[in-house]
Amino acid sequence: MLQLQCPFCGLRDESEFSFGGEAHIARPLEPDALSDEEWADYLFNRSNVKGFHREMWLHAAGCRQWFYAIRNTVSYEFTAFYRVGDPLPDLPNRSVPGAAK
Amino acid sequence: MKKYSIFSLARNALTKHENWEANWRSPEPKKAYDAIIIGGGGHGLATAYYLAKLHGMKNIAVLEKGWLGGGNTGRNTTIVRSNYLWDEAAALYEKSLKLWEGLSQDLNYNVMFSQRGVYSLGHNLQDMRDIQRRVNANRLNGVDSELLNKEQVQKAIPLLNCSPDARYPVLGASYQARAGTARHDAVAWGYARAADALGVDIIQNCEVTGIRRDGAKVVGVDTSRGYIQAPKVGVVVAGNSSVLADMAGIRMPVESHPLQAYVSEAIKPVLDTVVMSNAVHGYISQSDKGDLVIGAGIDSYNGYGQRGSFTVIEHTMAAILEMFPTFSRVKMNRQWGGIVDTCPDACPILSKTPVQGLYFNCGWGTGGFKATPGSGWAFAHTLAHDEPHELNAPFSLDRFISGKLIDEHGAAGVAH
Repeated sequence: MLQLQCPFCGLRDESEFSFGGEAHIARPLEPDALSDEEWADYLFNRSNVKGFHREMWLHAAGCRQWFYAIRNTVSYEFTAFYRVGDPLPDLPNRSVPGAAK
Repeated sequence: MKKYSIFSLARNALTKHENWEANWRSPEPKKAYDAIIIGGGGHGLATAYYLAKLHGMKNIAVLEKGWLGGGNTGRNTTIVRSNYLWDEAAALYEKSLKLWEGLSQDLNYNVMFSQRGVYSLGHNLQDMRDIQRRVNANRLNGVDSELLNKEQVQKAIPLLNCSPDARYPVLGASYQARAGTARHDAVAWGYARAADALGVDIIQNCEVTGIRRDGAKVVGVDTSRGYIQAPKVGVVVAGNSSVLADMAGIRMPVESHPLQAYVSEAIKPVLDTVVMSNAVHGYISQSDKGDLVIGAGIDSYNGYGQRGSFTVIEHTMAAILEMFPTFSRVKMNRQWGGIVDTCPDACPILSKTPVQGLYFNCGWGTGGFKATPGSGWAFAHTLAHDEPHELNAPFSLDRFISGKLIDEHGAAGVAH
């Protein structure tokens, strides 16, 4: 089982958390100004990276706070946990087997 | 290709089965092909087969980074059915089911398609209303479907816990009699053998590392075995669709998740059909070998790791025991995680892309195996004519721009 370091509660089992998907997708400031293609890109397209992924988690069975994590989507290793508003930690500078070159 | 028959079986029995010919060649890749299919799973091999058989394209190659059927084709629970709610989905999956019904004969390869029926259980009044609506929609679309009450379900599946004291009591089910299971490995091998016989080059251990474009047009692919030219490239790589899309410089509305399948130790025959439940979220059948074949939902997080989490295993086993308490002492034997690419509307993408000559067949999520023949059939048409067939036109990429989604989430009798 994965373990996550909740920035508020500490290390807990995966079963206490809900996955919230890719992080830092900003809602367009003027949706009316977008073309259908741009709106579809915002709504549906995702980076779905094979490698280090910035993502959102909710500590659903704990403090019920949202926070961010960086996770290797192949090995599932977490390399960073950070709160909303924290400065963004860098993505690890190593390659992931099988990821696009 | 030597035809399989009772006579070939007898002939080979005389030489102790040591002289069967290989099912397919393993040729060196040529410098150029008329079309390249990336991905040697069921859908990719089916695409190549129908391209060669129905559209006269023989100078084609299937590139597979590992071995044939080593991905999701070999890691699923083998359920085949077509009782989808919406017209577009019902038409596509029903085409597939019709192809399944003649597939062993068509391929001259026994895919062990067994129409043992599929029950989708309802546990509360809303489940039963949804089931009734879906049964009616199926029948209007020419898909066989029946509504059963609790007594009928209990009679058909004696081991199922239909007690009113159950935490999620069974109130009834929908039943598709033509649905069933198939031997998943045989589907990959049968399509590969039949495609190879039509001249398709099947190249294993050949990983695509780049997609080359000349402006808005695709011109070929870089692989671990060199550059190969082709004016048409079909990408059929399930969980790795975003990785390949990235190589071509386009973005896709899919996210990859692990989906697990499990088998138990082999036990005597106890279950002669397929049982699935949306509410407790699990599905189960028994293979010819006797092991229980079990599946449920995806892991919640994005992942390419081809293994599943323990929380999902626990949830799945709890769901199966809710339906079949007698299985509590059965030991589980093996477990696999395949990587499925899920779409926002839980329907696949069989489509042209903004890059000319580049086609994507992806986004099948948790339900791709059943669609293998229909998917290959429709995708082959799309590649050959550079236009989707009317069956897969609604499943084009532009539905995410127009907003005409096909919302099969939960509507198909299985939770996604």
